[in-house]
Amino acid sequence: MRTFSYVSAPDVETALRAVAGEPNAKFLGGGTNLVDLMRENIERPDVVVDISRLPLTEVEELPGGGVRIGALVRNSALAAHPLIRTRYPVLSQAILCGASAQLRNMATVGGNLLQRTRCLYFYDGASACNKREPGSGCAAIGGFTRNHGVLGVSEHCIATHPSDLCVALAALDAEVEVESTRGTRRLPLSEFHRLPGSTPHVETALAPDELITAVELPAPVTERSRYRKVRDRASYAFALVSVAAALDVGDGTVTAVRLALGGVAPKPWRAVEAERVLLGAPATEEAFRTAAEAELAAATGQDGNTFKIELARRTIVATLRDLLSDGSAA
Amino acid sequence: MVEVRLRVNGTDEPLDIQPQVSLLDALREYLGLTGTKKGCDQGACGACTVLADGERINSCLALAVQYEGREITTIEGLDHPLQGAFVRHDGFQCGYCTSGQICSAVGMLAEHKDGMPSAVTKQASGGELSAAEIRERMSGNLCRCGAYNGIVGAIQEVAR
Repeated sequence: MRTFSYVSAPDVETALRAVAGEPNAKFLGGGTNLVDLMRENIERPDVVVDISRLPLTEVEELPGGGVRIGALVRNSALAAHPLIRTRYPVLSQAILCGASAQLRNMATVGGNLLQRTRCLYFYDGASACNKREPGSGCAAIGGFTRNHGVLGVSEHCIATHPSDLCVALAALDAEVEVESTRGTRRLPLSEFHRLPGSTPHVETALAPDELITAVELPAPVTERSRYRKVRDRASYAFALVSVAAALDVGDGTVTAVRLALGGVAPKPWRAVEAERVLLGAPATEEAFRTAAEAELAAATGQDGNTFKIELARRTIVATLRDLLSDGSAA
Repeated sequence: MVEVRLRVNGTDEPLDIQPQVSLLDALREYLGLTGTKKGCDQGACGACTVLADGERINSCLALAVQYEGREITTIEGLDHPLQGAFVRHDGFQCGYCTSGQICSAVGMLAEHKDGMPSAVTKQASGGELSAAEIRERMSGNLCRCGAYNGIVGAIQEVAR
């Protein structure tokens, strides 16, 4: 690993000042992704600003029934938090389906939003990759694509966003609070991550000097929510397809629904088309299938990942069916 | 170079190191505590698991400078019934993953006692630690010899 100058920030102000005017600086939270990428020489910061001691570790209830999650809350602490387990079971379940217990003890919420793809060609320095080296091409297209995307991809990049946590956040209408020496702003999670288009190396709407300070969730539309993850081994593997869903039904009709997909797109994929079809529709397996087909209508597969299109449809149906039958909490 | 004061197995250990030195390398290469193993060096195998203030972490993805002021416990600092149980249950073959397995299991038992849920737990926790629970909660520790049955047996014996 290349060396760097190290700054430990005791407070947010120090952290923000340390990166202002420093074009090649990185914030270091739990380190579970950044340290690995630095060891692989994919990330090569000159300055590392350690933010792991910042006092952004609270989970607070907001007036109106929402919740504010400090950017440095550890994954394990968030998954175990009583507020999250009772009001947002989909979030607790999504976290517990991700990584390992050791990694969840280290990884932070803010860092999770910024984690980078696990595309093998991105990691392999000998392969062409438009994310790692803009303009060099994409070795994944025409390569081994089992873990690649079918929605929102481009001819320049088909990598997927690896997060489970973010898929739940997308379904829960999360907002991200970011801060820099220029001030504080908030943006919806749906606008935080960017689709690759012709600039796959631009992954988020975050400026280099901006720090994620919190994630806020509005009151849930229903506490009946669930996360379902399909993967190549039972635990400790990235998703082939995952579904975060919340469903409320009255008189046999869908009165509220939130759906997001993981493992299929370059960003946590809010399934707006499926939601539109479902709202007001009868809560039946047939309607779930119609909605899933509407969402996946625009999907395009490569040789190795076309199976994900049908797998995503079936996983959407199965998750909604589970919610319909029991709606159990985490 | 950065001056770092680590606290490992109850002893203060002042170090003068480069900031990119991982906690794992600090333990093994600077402090001579080679019980903690380097497997993948990328957070995928769990061989490097140690405890930081009683919580299990992957020391390969931790920079040593980040852990100043934390109480680090390695296999050399443990005196725990799991160690004998691993021997009795044949919880290893080559032994390379064993220190990580044992540190991880110590952290896991504490998490379970504190009510940490898992992907397997459907109800609020407490209660018995089933084999399925142990396998899920220990999935961050790989054993290429495949001694999983012995590992699960050893943990179950101590959990009872």
